[in-house]
Amino acid sequence: MIEKGWLGGGNTGRNTTIVRSNYHLDPNAHFYELSLKLWEKLSQALNFNVMYSARGVLNLVHSPADLDAAMRRGNAMRLNGIDAKFMTREAIARWIPNLDCSPDARFPILGGLLQPRGGTVRHDAVAWGYARAADALGVDIIQQCAVTGIRIDGGAIAGIETTQGFIAADKVGLAVAGHSGHVAAMAGLKLPIESHVLQAMVSEPVKPVLDTVVTSGAVHFYISQSDKGELVMGGDLDFYNSYAQRGNLPIIEHVVSACLALFPSFGRLKMMRMWGGIMDMTMDGSPIIGKLPVQGLYMTGGWCYGGFKATPASGYCLAHTIARDEPHPLNAAFTLERFAEGRMIDEKGAGPYAWAH
Amino acid sequence: MLLIPCPWCGPRNQIEFTYGGDATVRRPALDAPEGEWFRYVYIRDNPMGPHDEWWTHSAGCRQWFVVSRDTRTHEILGSAAPNQTPGPTTR
Repeated sequence: MIEKGWLGGGNTGRNTTIVRSNYHLDPNAHFYELSLKLWEKLSQALNFNVMYSARGVLNLVHSPADLDAAMRRGNAMRLNGIDAKFMTREAIARWIPNLDCSPDARFPILGGLLQPRGGTVRHDAVAWGYARAADALGVDIIQQCAVTGIRIDGGAIAGIETTQGFIAADKVGLAVAGHSGHVAAMAGLKLPIESHVLQAMVSEPVKPVLDTVVTSGAVHFYISQSDKGELVMGGDLDFYNSYAQRGNLPIIEHVVSACLALFPSFGRLKMMRMWGGIMDMTMDGSPIIGKLPVQGLYMTGGWCYGGFKATPASGYCLAHTIARDEPHPLNAAFTLERFAEGRMIDEKGAGPYAWAH
Repeated sequence: MLLIPCPWCGPRNQIEFTYGGDATVRRPALDAPEGEWFRYVYIRDNPMGPHDEWWTHSAGCRQWFVVSRDTRTHEILGSAAPNQTPGPTTR
């Protein structure tokens, strides 16, 4: 395992810790549901407390069109054996008293789609728990070592060049999130991916005020409260290509105004930190997990802004694909070739614009 | 905050603009092979460094134009009308 920086220093340490499997399309639904099932048992599997908290993920509904979409998605989830529950405005108002559910709210809430098993996991603990378990199984973890090249011999992988020398290998897996395109280029590959920046921010820590994850597609906003008490929130991409790991103020203003429209009582909180992470946005909004057109080279990436919740299933499916040299049924649809073959997995139906997903 | 130089209106706040993506891709001929169309629709250079990209001044003059911007720093290197080259980089 070759890491340019330090363990958990990339997007693993920059995400907002939400896990869920509330997808509409079959390949996404089954893949992320495997992930959620693995999250539920991960602390036991790793013998390391990753602080999985099934506090629920609630998608708010603000319009009749939202309502139709929520019902459609909820029904698709239940047909796929995934938990989904529609909540009325009244039930939400009782559960989350500081959410403005009044009819004269700026964006009136009509109800919401809840996935009760969704929630949060402590992101740093996931990195450390996996690292310790992998180390115990004999994996060499080499930090502060950048991959500088990929050596290919006769169409097959020969090894990787690093800042600490050449490492021969007959199988190599890429798992580099925002830099997927950059690293794949070392193997002469161009991917259907653009890198974009997504920002998140946290408030000063306060006593418990929010015991679930609230999201709103209509106002482009999500929020939860960390165990330390900070309100963790975010929204849209900055919507332009970036490798900068920092964004700009208009998106922060958008996120904070959406927050105050939904939770007026948070208006007195000071924001403590904001940061950006680089997302490898694919052209259909779904990941690429599988074989690349070089014998022995594999990748898991193209996570758009949903990589953290996929961590266990991503590792599981990539390991299976590398070991068997063929995909697991749950990642068989996530090929690189699907773009040329017209088999897009476009959850939003947004078309081939990387930043639109 | 990006200060985007509209070739017609001058430097303006980024909130007046809408992003349009990589400006270096070129639409293939109608009878071009499928592979060329695939690359046009789905494959992008995604450079780490100067990137020529479409922006439209949607809350201003509504013109489309090309901005050259460094994706590592967000520094804007130049802008130009669609039929011209934006500043120091070439496209």
